Amino acid sequence: MNKLIVSPSPHIHTGVSTTSLMRDVVIALLPAVIVSVIFYGLGELLVLAVSVLSCILLEWAITKYMLKKPSTICDMSAVVTGLLLAMNLPYTTPWWVIVLGAVFAIGVAKMSFGGLGQNLFNPAIAGRVFLLVSFPTYMTTWKMPQGLFGADAISGATPLGAINEAVLQHQSISSIVSSYDYGSMLFAGIGGSAGEISAIALLAGFVYLLVRKVVKPWTTLSIWGTVALVSLLFWIGNPDRFTDPVFNLLTGGMILGACFMATDYVTSPMSAKGCVIYGIGIGFITLMIRYFGSYPEGMSFAILIMNATVPLLNRWFHQKKYGRA
Amino acid sequence: MSKQTFHIGGIHPADKKISRDCAIEALPIPPTVYISLSQHIGAPAKPIVAVGDKVKTGQPVAEPGGFVSAWIHSSVSGTVKSIGPRKDLSGKSVPSIEIAVEGDEWIEEVDLSDTLVTEFPEDNKAIMAKITSGGIVGLGGATFPTHVKLSPPPGQKCERLIINGCECEPYLTCNYRYLLERGEQVAVGVAILMQVLGVKDATIAIEDNKPEDIAHMKDVVAKLAAKSDKFRGIEIMPMMTKYPEGGEKQLIDAVMNRQVASGGLPISVGAVVQNVATAYAVYEAVQKNKPLVSNTLTYTGDCVATQHNYEVRVGTPLSFIIECAGGMPQDAAKVISGGPMMGRAVSNLDAATVKGTSGLLFLTAAQTKRAPATACIRCGSCADACPMGLEPFLLKRLALAGDLDGLEQNAMQDCISCGSCQYSCPASIPLLDIMTQGKAKVMGVMKARAAAAKAAAEAKAAATSAK
Repeated sequence: MNKLIVSPSPHIHTGVSTTSLMRDVVIALLPAVIVSVIFYGLGELLVLAVSVLSCILLEWAITKYMLKKPSTICDMSAVVTGLLLAMNLPYTTPWWVIVLGAVFAIGVAKMSFGGLGQNLFNPAIAGRVFLLVSFPTYMTTWKMPQGLFGADAISGATPLGAINEAVLQHQSISSIVSSYDYGSMLFAGIGGSAGEISAIALLAGFVYLLVRKVVKPWTTLSIWGTVALVSLLFWIGNPDRFTDPVFNLLTGGMILGACFMATDYVTSPMSAKGCVIYGIGIGFITLMIRYFGSYPEGMSFAILIMNATVPLLNRWFHQKKYGRA
Repeated sequence: MSKQTFHIGGIHPADKKISRDCAIEALPIPPTVYISLSQHIGAPAKPIVAVGDKVKTGQPVAEPGGFVSAWIHSSVSGTVKSIGPRKDLSGKSVPSIEIAVEGDEWIEEVDLSDTLVTEFPEDNKAIMAKITSGGIVGLGGATFPTHVKLSPPPGQKCERLIINGCECEPYLTCNYRYLLERGEQVAVGVAILMQVLGVKDATIAIEDNKPEDIAHMKDVVAKLAAKSDKFRGIEIMPMMTKYPEGGEKQLIDAVMNRQVASGGLPISVGAVVQNVATAYAVYEAVQKNKPLVSNTLTYTGDCVATQHNYEVRVGTPLSFIIECAGGMPQDAAKVISGGPMMGRAVSNLDAATVKGTSGLLFLTAAQTKRAPATACIRCGSCADACPMGLEPFLLKRLALAGDLDGLEQNAMQDCISCGSCQYSCPASIPLLDIMTQGKAKVMGVMKARAAAAKAAAEAKAAATSAK
């Protein structure tokens, strides 16, 4: 007779694994990736490829040669980090800058903390911020896209960059804001990195994650709600100085950050209450940097700062327990 | 009517009720039965027969070993062959009585007819005596002696009797068949329990993946209520299909919107919960003088060619059941006594059934394979799944670190071992395995502390009286 397996209960499992969750995140990012390649052309494809490949290779090399542990690249978290990092970079970024970003993201922010699950800061954002403060020229110079179908290249600023410039020179921003068409911001058409190009493609991916129950909406809604409310108050106060809520929700990394970066399991709070506080923090800090800081965009900084509060939020906010008042 | 459910956590495994259309069939009596003396929660029973004694079906063979204990009866007629330790399904030695079967001669007072008896005496003492002497224990899994549950501590009053017909474990269908085939008997059992407890209201909770049960029981109760006032207070409540809906604490929360305090008993919030099969056993004991000598188990699994719901005599060897059903299924890699969430893996197929055996489930290697554990990604799935509102990711860490104070502060002792956390974990971390060890340690500390406090109080009282 065949031997029987004996183990404690439960005897069945959902079948959902870390790998399947990460695969879902990759699938959710695909619409935005495709739109960005169509929009920016082969340069974007190169950025994506270099970033993803260097993240995977780095993680493999670090586990094999430095940690001497079984490789963890099969969990696909390095692919997600690579994709997110690439989507935060201009399509004109030189390859060696991308590799340096990957080294910081995977090597410093992720593996030196102990790998997946142990990192305090979101690796992709850490990598992006590292590049932003180290190589500001590469990170903030934008060329209007040529695209796969070859329109003329025009140098230009992203909407947030233009606003920041105007504010620094004490000019009214209303003419700049009115030069942008919210419709094209929603679909595709404003300058920026892959993660900024098409709000609708990113939102489609986010809806996929919600439907598959990969992420919960609390953090994202909390960020958007805070940004909408606070910017509404400022905008009503002085529309010549402060941008309106719709502008703020559609520009920069607001959608990519709120949907895909702030919702990272490892670096966001466990409880719903914690997520709401975390989201309020991110939304508020982002807006303060946009309105008063010298950087045009503050999403990355805001997420990093709030990442640091997560252990505290996890300590403060707990699940409601059964039968305990 | 809106679907009732509990308020914290819960999971939705595929219900896999593939044996739902199989009517209950009596399994042949095996040549030998092995009756465990420790098949209920509490003290083991003490044998009152000797080797060589002739026994009849339904004759008591062991008496309760304390208040929290139960009578045990011979499930067959024949000769007592031996009394001594025998290995149970996980290989642990338990005292058992071996009886060689000769025919099937019942004790005289048992009514073996199928006639439905709906009239029952007003005398609660007589009813309680029959429930006690019938060896009735909770058949929902815990096998807690029923007469104890029906004797609330002084000062505590039952407000509602909840009959658990949820059968939230995947695969199992015995309760489903009980309600469909023996609904009248269950309803009479419920009315008897209501009278004993002195309650006017009872709720039969049935998950909404069993609409046939819900419709049938509504019909049954309506007909009985038209005949007698004793059935007036019974309501049928459809529940959301969610695991562990049938957990005692979860069911009280779902039905009464009340939560039992940590360490407390259901009666503290005015609830008594009994299983459908227990209500049926109460009917048999009180109305038919038939002690608990058989129970129903679901013989199932995706690799099982023919599904069954068997009525088996207590003490039937598992190997005999498998033989009757056509042998070990080809692809079976794991045999589980009970359901896939809380059932126990069988390592010894020669072990015999007990009163609480509710299923024999066969899983293939692919179905039950545990993936290697990987790093926790702090997704919080375990905390979302926990029906007690615990945080398994945290408890696991504390248990591995041996932080008993931390475990107690984070309510490790409240864990009901439902397995929802481990089922949900994408990193395949054996959360429940680790937490079970942590819980045992915390319970040990808590018990020792309670004992020390009691001893100190007694010493103080003695010192005061000496003055």
